[in-house]
Amino acid sequence: MTAKVSVTLTVNGETHQGAVEPRLSLVDFLRQDLELTGSHIGCEMGACGACLVLVDDRPVHACLMFAVQAEGSTVETVEGLTERGALADLQAAFRDRNALQCGFCTPGMLASAYAILARGGVPSRDQIRDALSGNYCRCTGYEAIVDAIEATARTRAAAHAQALRPQARLPDEARP
Amino acid sequence: MKARAFSYVRPRTVAEALSAFAGTDGDASYIAGGQSLVPALALRLQAPDRLIDIAHIEALRGVSLTGDRLRIGALTRHAELLTDPLILRHAPLLSEAAPYIAHPAIRNRGTIGGSVALADPASELPAMMLATSAEIEISGPDGVRLVPADDYFQDLYQTALEPGELLTAILVPPVGPDERWAFDELARRRGDYALVGAGVQATLVDGTIARLRIAFLSVGATPVRVHQAEAALTGAPLDATSIARAQAALDADLDPTDDAQVPAVTRRHLARVLLGRLLGRLARPA
Amino acid sequence: MNAPLSRLDRPNSYIGRAVTRPNAMRLLSGRGRFVSDLVLPRMLHAAFVRSPYAHARITGIDTAEAAAMPGVRLIATGADLAKICTPWTGTLDHFKGMKSSPQLPLPLDEVVWAGQAVVAVVADTRAAAEDAAEAVLIDFEELAVVGDIDAARAEGAERASGSIDDNICFKTLIDAGAVDEVFAGAAHVVETELRFGRHTAVTLEPRSILADYDPSERQLTVHHATQTPYQFQDLYSRHFGLAEARVRVIAPDIGGSFGMKLHVYHEDMAVVGLSILIGRPVRYVADRIEAFVSDIHARDHRVRARLATDAEGTILAMDVDDVTGVGAFSTYPRTSVVEGNQVIRLIGAPYRFANYRAGLSVVFQNKVQTSQYRAVGHPIACAVTERLVDLAAAEAGLDPFAFRAKNLISDDAYPATSATGYRFEKLSHEVCLARLKAMMDYDGLRLDQAEARTRGVHRGIGIATFVEITNPSPAFYGIGGAHISAQDGAVVKITPSGEVQCLVSVTEQGQGTETIIGQIVAEKLGVDRDRVKVITGDTDITPHGGATWACRGAGIGGETAFQAAKALKRNVLGIAAAILQARADDLDLIDGQVVEQAGGAPRMSLAEVARIAYFRSDILPPGTQAQLTVAHHFAPEGYPFAFTNGIQGCHVEVDVETGFVKVLKHWVVEDCGTIINPMLVDEQVRGGVVQGLGAALFEECLYDDNGQLTNGSLADYLVPMACEMPDIVIGHVETPTKDTELGAKGCGEAGTAAASAAALNAVNDAIAPFEAAIGRIPMTPHRILRALGRV
Repeated sequence: MTAKVSVTLTVNGETHQGAVEPRLSLVDFLRQDLELTGSHIGCEMGACGACLVLVDDRPVHACLMFAVQAEGSTVETVEGLTERGALADLQAAFRDRNALQCGFCTPGMLASAYAILARGGVPSRDQIRDALSGNYCRCTGYEAIVDAIEATARTRAAAHAQALRPQARLPDEARP
Repeated sequence: MKARAFSYVRPRTVAEALSAFAGTDGDASYIAGGQSLVPALALRLQAPDRLIDIAHIEALRGVSLTGDRLRIGALTRHAELLTDPLILRHAPLLSEAAPYIAHPAIRNRGTIGGSVALADPASELPAMMLATSAEIEISGPDGVRLVPADDYFQDLYQTALEPGELLTAILVPPVGPDERWAFDELARRRGDYALVGAGVQATLVDGTIARLRIAFLSVGATPVRVHQAEAALTGAPLDATSIARAQAALDADLDPTDDAQVPAVTRRHLARVLLGRLLGRLARPA
Repeated sequence: MNAPLSRLDRPNSYIGRAVTRPNAMRLLSGRGRFVSDLVLPRMLHAAFVRSPYAHARITGIDTAEAAAMPGVRLIATGADLAKICTPWTGTLDHFKGMKSSPQLPLPLDEVVWAGQAVVAVVADTRAAAEDAAEAVLIDFEELAVVGDIDAARAEGAERASGSIDDNICFKTLIDAGAVDEVFAGAAHVVETELRFGRHTAVTLEPRSILADYDPSERQLTVHHATQTPYQFQDLYSRHFGLAEARVRVIAPDIGGSFGMKLHVYHEDMAVVGLSILIGRPVRYVADRIEAFVSDIHARDHRVRARLATDAEGTILAMDVDDVTGVGAFSTYPRTSVVEGNQVIRLIGAPYRFANYRAGLSVVFQNKVQTSQYRAVGHPIACAVTERLVDLAAAEAGLDPFAFRAKNLISDDAYPATSATGYRFEKLSHEVCLARLKAMMDYDGLRLDQAEARTRGVHRGIGIATFVEITNPSPAFYGIGGAHISAQDGAVVKITPSGEVQCLVSVTEQGQGTETIIGQIVAEKLGVDRDRVKVITGDTDITPHGGATWACRGAGIGGETAFQAAKALKRNVLGIAAAILQARADDLDLIDGQVVEQAGGAPRMSLAEVARIAYFRSDILPPGTQAQLTVAHHFAPEGYPFAFTNGIQGCHVEVDVETGFVKVLKHWVVEDCGTIINPMLVDEQVRGGVVQGLGAALFEECLYDDNGQLTNGSLADYLVPMACEMPDIVIGHVETPTKDTELGAKGCGEAGTAAASAAALNAVNDAIAPFEAAIGRIPMTPHRILRALGRV
């Protein structure tokens, strides 16, 4: 046993300050200490992507970090992203396309998808597959996941284009 | 798979880090991104008494052009190699190799310093130190020293780093106007360790190779610069004849061993094919 | 202009509709509840000390130092657990002459594979348990390692285990007769040897179990990531001597199973024993390294086979020898023999010929046990058949499609019996073959192939026909003496406000069981799908049944729910008729309303029926006892299996300089009978295909001469990932089985059954111009370069 180390970090918008064993991985900290079990453990060596969370807004393997290394960081998990609505359209697309089966890989997939969607525009299917290159799914065969991300990107890009379009001026008589 | 217990310190300066190491009996590890170290700890292949987290040392960050060198701070993440304008312009081979490093999430955490300090012979960046003629900046109790990449890699995971020394930066000579470069690798799946990979950086003057450096990964205990192949090309026009000569010379440069995935003979074959393709890319007009 | 109304345009018509899964949003929001998420009061964590040797005698165990470490609550050895758990033996009576050594949770004196659990440590945290496990000292005396399947069978070979007489687990021969004579007189004979690597399931959620024994009530509750909770209720009860009614097995959210999570694992039995010994909840979650050395493996076959045709290319006979290595003992309770048995019985199944002979040898060796994994035996049988068929087509100068069209059992020839004795009710090979050819634009691909070859680009096209076994009757395990149910049960009940709950014994691993059961119940009952809640996976609550294996969820579980809902509807209409003073036969239930069958005029709501039945039975006619809960059980009778069929096509590009293969596209035409939810069927097929392509190109458990698994991590065992997998086009033919009203067969294994065979044929097609051929799966770059003579 070694001395616990103080760590302060923000998780899903809440500040957590406490002392943890240095060997406690970030994903174990999230799952055990904070009871955020949406992040899953699939390999504990950065090969499956089931534990991906956002650290300072970028997807990171929570199994490849010790909680003490997250000092000063902002962490978001699938629970937090869900609650702040950041993924609502993507989650709906996953449901509609059945882009998940057992759901064990899904939170990690969403983290990777979050990052590629955050870049804006409509990525190619190859770019989407590349963004998912570290996310293992044994159930779906990936195609549905690519479809769901692509569909979300298209919808967002269309909404973005709509927002940028100058307001068309309606003739007065057409106004209600 | 839970790491053995260790103590943990979070120095803010290089001096603090070095003294944190000096305060142990040598059974300590520096950790930056931790993308290789953490799995080794989880598997209990390594179990240092102390981890010294260098991620909070400001001096290890940043990329700058200083004199005739591009200085890349040790904490520069792999993802930054893809986006940093100075690296894209002055050390483009690193940018070209970076997408091949594992997966996006690994690139968001892994650092160039960590990769070069570990010196995994199957990793992209150590080999690219050789190809780009980089120098490794090492800080130790006796001060700072620079080690050319050619002298840095010694054996499997063995480098010029002495126990307790800290890799603080990578210095790369910026590419000149006549330089061309190419990187490629043959990996079973996207982001896997390659069966073989290589980077080339060459100066072509009127179609003739004035200078070039070729470095391979995944072909032995260290990243390997292939001097015979380089000699077969230097001073020659870059064409099918010289490329074939270089491919033939490659056998003398490489000494891979058999492993579970690929026997040595296949690795040699793949290295020849890869070299031919890289040089072919270089030969095509930009 | 209105589109014509279809069956799907009626209210509550869900069967056949691509509806979304009610449980998807929960999983998408991080609210899944997997075993590893569960925490019980005073819960402890188990870790295991594992054998570093593939075969050794245990000569001493010293746990003193480990027991004294912080947080350690219990350390148990084989001897400790043997006191409370009876041994098990993985044999079935109908495999005549098969043998296997009895197993205990932890071994007493011999380890038989590298990675076998030897000592269990229970501590406050998993980390503390691992710390103590490192401090347990075990003395081993190394014994000879049996690895190679030929050496294992040699006269006087060392034995893989001290408790067996030799390394032959099982041998059998099917001989339909006259094979030698037919071969001797055949115009063409082609032959091949194919090797299939050891694969493993690699579910993303590793095996997980949380056992909670309460000594005050002698009640055992096990939260178990399993496909088959009822099977484990039986096993835990029998082997630990507990009353079956006091053993509760709960299968919560399961992170993939694919057959891997229905076998008895030593660690799982140990964890139950540990909880009994300490009287507290004990959780064990295998880490990935443990998963690779202790989950069942599968495949690992070497098949030598030949096929004879006449001068016109009509198949006359097949002759097969299959040897498979299964580890040091046979898996319990389903045995390690089933895969080989299915290989030799499925070879040649799509084709019309009579003279078949096949030998099977199942061999013990010092590796982890093999057993049923998705599409048990099918990929091997399919690859052997379809490779031979391609070779025979080439020999006869026929195109692969033409050769198959000539030899497949005709769609109008059913019922038919295969050369191996399987009885087929109705298959649709011919229509599937034609559909595939059109779907993949076969002629266009051939033109593209010829053009690409002129540029030095080598593409290949491969096809593979398959037959899949689904909906097994008791003929599968029951007759062998195993307590594995071929039937399933459903309980459907109306709540007082007219909503519906269905408790069903088939379980959910993400394939969509709960969704399709909900669709069936809603449609048969006549209510909105949102009004139906489906509950699975709890032996205290859901009826007993076989649960999830052999693609039986839709065909058996679905039929069970179908009949239960039908019976409940009769009851509802009976009560409504009594209330309305009408004839039940004149009423119907549509969208939650009791209506007049003729004309559809609404009479009363289902909620009103329920309200009266539950709260105002006094106003019902005397003698009316409303039965708004119905239980129904169903087991297949008639055909012993519902066979499905289909065909797959694979388009690849082989880099002949590097041996790398890129799968460009993949097509499937399949016939699973009545389709309940086309989206879920498609995704089952896609996922299955990708597992087959993983096997074809990437996956293999590699062992060294000392019996050590050398690539037992997710970095080294190459599972298929997003960048390497193609888009997959799927077409359907629907031939419902007449054995049930629903008509559904299974679809979970169809994708895996033929994908690797199609890929094998495609790669061989690509490298054919080099006079090269490959017969080994996975087709690695090295093996392809070797086949091409480049290295």
